[in-house]
Amino acid sequence: MATDGKEDDSPPGGGISRRDFLRGGAVAGALGSAGLLAGEIAEAARKNPAAAPDGMDVWGPGPVPVRLRVNNKAYDLKVEPRTTLLDVMREELELTGAKRVCDRGTCGACTVILDGKAVYACSQLAIDVQRQPIWTIESLGRPGRLHPLQAAFVEHDAQQCGFCTPGFVMAAKALLDHTPSPTLKDVHHGLSGNFCRCGTYAGMRLAVLAAAPLMGEEEEEEEEEKDVKDGKDDKDGRDVQGEDGARGARKKDKKKRRRGHG
Amino acid sequence: MAEPVEPTVPGWPEAADRKLIGQRIARLDGPAKASGNAKYTYDLKPQGMLWAKMLLCPHAHARIKTLDVAAAKAMPGVKAVFVIQKPGAEIQWAFDEVAAVAATSEAQAADAVKAIKIEYEVLPHFVTEEKLAGAPKVDPGEEEKEGDAEAALAAAEVRIKGSYSMPSVAHNCMEAHGQICHWTEPDHLTAWCSTQAVSGVASQLAKGLGIPAANVRVIADYVGGGFGSKFSVDRWGIVCAQLAKIAGAPVKLMLDRHAELTVAGDRPSAFAEIEVGAKKDGTLTAWVSKSWGSGGPGSAGDPPLPYVFQIPNRRHQHSAVPTHKASSRAWRAPNSPQGCYLSMSAIDDLAHALGMNPLDVVIQNLPLTGRLEKIYREELEVADQLMGWRQRWHPRGDAARGPVKRGLGLAIHTWGGRGHRSNCEVTIHPDATAEAKISTQDIGTGTRTVVAIVLADTLGLPLDAVQARIGDSRYPASGGSGGSTTVGGVSSATRRAALNALGQVFAKAAPALKAKPEELEAVEGKIRVKGAPERSMTWKQAMALFGRTPVTAAGANPGPGELTTSGVGGVQMADVAVDVETGVVKIQKMVAVQDCGLIVDLQTTESQVYGSLIMGISTALAEEKVTDPVTGITLNHDFETYRMAGIGDVGELVVRMMTGPGYDERGVIGVGEPPMVSPLAAIANAVTNAVGVRVPWVPLTPRRVLDALAANGANGGKAVA
Repeated sequence: MATDGKEDDSPPGGGISRRDFLRGGAVAGALGSAGLLAGEIAEAARKNPAAAPDGMDVWGPGPVPVRLRVNNKAYDLKVEPRTTLLDVMREELELTGAKRVCDRGTCGACTVILDGKAVYACSQLAIDVQRQPIWTIESLGRPGRLHPLQAAFVEHDAQQCGFCTPGFVMAAKALLDHTPSPTLKDVHHGLSGNFCRCGTYAGMRLAVLAAAPLMGEEEEEEEEEKDVKDGKDDKDGRDVQGEDGARGARKKDKKKRRRGHG
Repeated sequence: MAEPVEPTVPGWPEAADRKLIGQRIARLDGPAKASGNAKYTYDLKPQGMLWAKMLLCPHAHARIKTLDVAAAKAMPGVKAVFVIQKPGAEIQWAFDEVAAVAATSEAQAADAVKAIKIEYEVLPHFVTEEKLAGAPKVDPGEEEKEGDAEAALAAAEVRIKGSYSMPSVAHNCMEAHGQICHWTEPDHLTAWCSTQAVSGVASQLAKGLGIPAANVRVIADYVGGGFGSKFSVDRWGIVCAQLAKIAGAPVKLMLDRHAELTVAGDRPSAFAEIEVGAKKDGTLTAWVSKSWGSGGPGSAGDPPLPYVFQIPNRRHQHSAVPTHKASSRAWRAPNSPQGCYLSMSAIDDLAHALGMNPLDVVIQNLPLTGRLEKIYREELEVADQLMGWRQRWHPRGDAARGPVKRGLGLAIHTWGGRGHRSNCEVTIHPDATAEAKISTQDIGTGTRTVVAIVLADTLGLPLDAVQARIGDSRYPASGGSGGSTTVGGVSSATRRAALNALGQVFAKAAPALKAKPEELEAVEGKIRVKGAPERSMTWKQAMALFGRTPVTAAGANPGPGELTTSGVGGVQMADVAVDVETGVVKIQKMVAVQDCGLIVDLQTTESQVYGSLIMGISTALAEEKVTDPVTGITLNHDFETYRMAGIGDVGELVVRMMTGPGYDERGVIGVGEPPMVSPLAAIANAVTNAVGVRVPWVPLTPRRVLDALAANGANGGKAVA
């Protein structure tokens, strides 16, 4: 069961030893991300322990301890190794923004940001993603204080039934994090891993392009403050760029825009 | 005592008096959806909820020989097992439900389903309706006849004969069909349903379970799409309630995607052989068609042929071909995309035989469209300008060098849409906020938003002072969201209820304002005397006259006055690029010009049209349910193989709504279906215009384009001597 999701200040993977983690991760990693396959092989291993490669632990098939870092909160859980990140989020953490639609890594309705990349939560085993920070739609805004990207989705009616929307918003967030000033082609590419059945692509194009210049205003102010505290000089963006090219580039880009707007 | 108010016949406000109606207003539940805050049935988890999974028959036609659920009952976590079809039952389509299990977790339920032992006697099946000659059974429909089609065809100056085909496609709602059933008392059920018919499903559940309808409550706050596939409670709805009863706990049963794509949505296939005759000036004179198609074991849809144009001499006959496939369901604008595609393809082929621009052939025949003639004429003019049709159109076959050929195609369409039966209860609170209660549902169309807009505009209150309460069968009954009847029904009922509430307020306020009730109006948060705005009181002052008791009034559709009518027209044009070496079709641009009477919310209305273009592009380029003739199973029952258009596939989209005089006074008419009718036909005609030969099968996959080119259009509509 989930703990109450306190701010996570402990090192990742704290619920189990690093050695155990690497073993478990190695087994799960070797099996790929197909939940059923993992479950079946784990079951075969349970029936015939000799089948487990020498010196390796086999996880499951019963619940195993898992620690996840979702939206900067730590959750200690016990789940079957075959459980996907999506199902853990929805069933254990009450994070139901990511939707289960195809459950086979195609439709994108379950998109979350894992280690800075948009991924399908239905195609990640929970035991495989214990070290990486996971960000879900719930980490953006809520009604009344929407994130600029969400607000743009509302303003441009980039949603109808809304079931695919959280996945699209997260895919768009990942796109804009990496490509702060996207072209229409970039938007098409960045959202090509998601499907909408109601047909809201026209609004989505507008929403993502409109949101791009508004992204990260609050985040960047915080970043700038932090940079100042760290004694970094980003007048020419060099230090920041050296540390993180994308972020530095975005800051420069933004400064230009600010000047441009007077 | 206040003077009684003379009942006035309700109408819609004049253009100058509409503050919200017709504006571009963002859907009110947009923030909840974009933030992931909106809870759909799939997202809910009442305390102690169990998960259900079903055993589905893997054969298209079979008899159950033996069924043993004992091992499943003994599996860990299992709380209920329900046999849906017993030994001896004959299964008529693949993935039909046989038994169901409810367990503590979804995985346990799935494991338990695997433990069910079952043997089938596999029976012969038929799933290939495209060749009428091979069908074991055909249900011929009645012949429709007008004038003397054969004589007119023989006398026609130009005539063509062609065959055109379209397969069945799936609804493929993002939120699968399903529900959560919770018995609050032994004979009281609450069900959260992913449905497009809240009121209707409540009574279906009651009937299926043998309990009083008054004991059933259905809730659908948010619904992840329906498109016509979610009117019924379905057998799995009853099964879910039965499992919950046995287990003594709430049960969630949502279809897996492979079931959703196989059994929970299907637009009937349609095939036709068509002959059309015309005068040399393009005037249509004769039509003879034979069509067939399948919608599963029962009757298939009967596409309207000829579509839109009432050709004076015509004969048409449709046959339903029963197959071992799941029953078809209403798919946006049932039968019309088929009728439009089949008809407009033939008329486009005729235009080619005439050596005419198809736009001229359509215009020449507008008198055959009846009362929509004027609307079509205006829309064709607008569409022509938006597409640049007259400057850019070329005769069939792009003469440009290189493998990529451009082409234009067009189609026109109609739909009914009169508002359905609907009831609304409006309450105005002492603090001058108001709410409308109506047991409708918002399946993504913007229903919640239009109810609020009509309520606020009628009461002269800001949008944030009103609430639209929908999605609960305890609210006044309202029809299902189908046939583009919802917006007309709910906005009319809300308007009448709000006017009735307003009548009570005017009656109370009139003496204080030294006026007659009928001299008052509610504008900008005030009740005031018409023509004398200085004689006014705020809404709060008006409500203070009622003390602490809110004002409540009801309204219904149909009702006094005509707030909703029927019959809309639309025109669409497509611009495509086709690579004749690879066969790949790319949409460059689509233009949709659409009428739907008085628009309540311009933004969500346009969204319906954009959505139709995109769904239409998807069906034109990619969508097709492929059923394996050997096993009778739908082969492409996942998102990977049931292909749909993505954001990069839809080209530039231009939507223009027709509004103002000639449109607004027809009242509110729905728009979910009409723009869904033309895209397939317009795109198929554009591809033909680009490559120079008819591709007579949709979807227009690279293979079909290349096949048609290789056959030099031999299968398309051809001029006959």
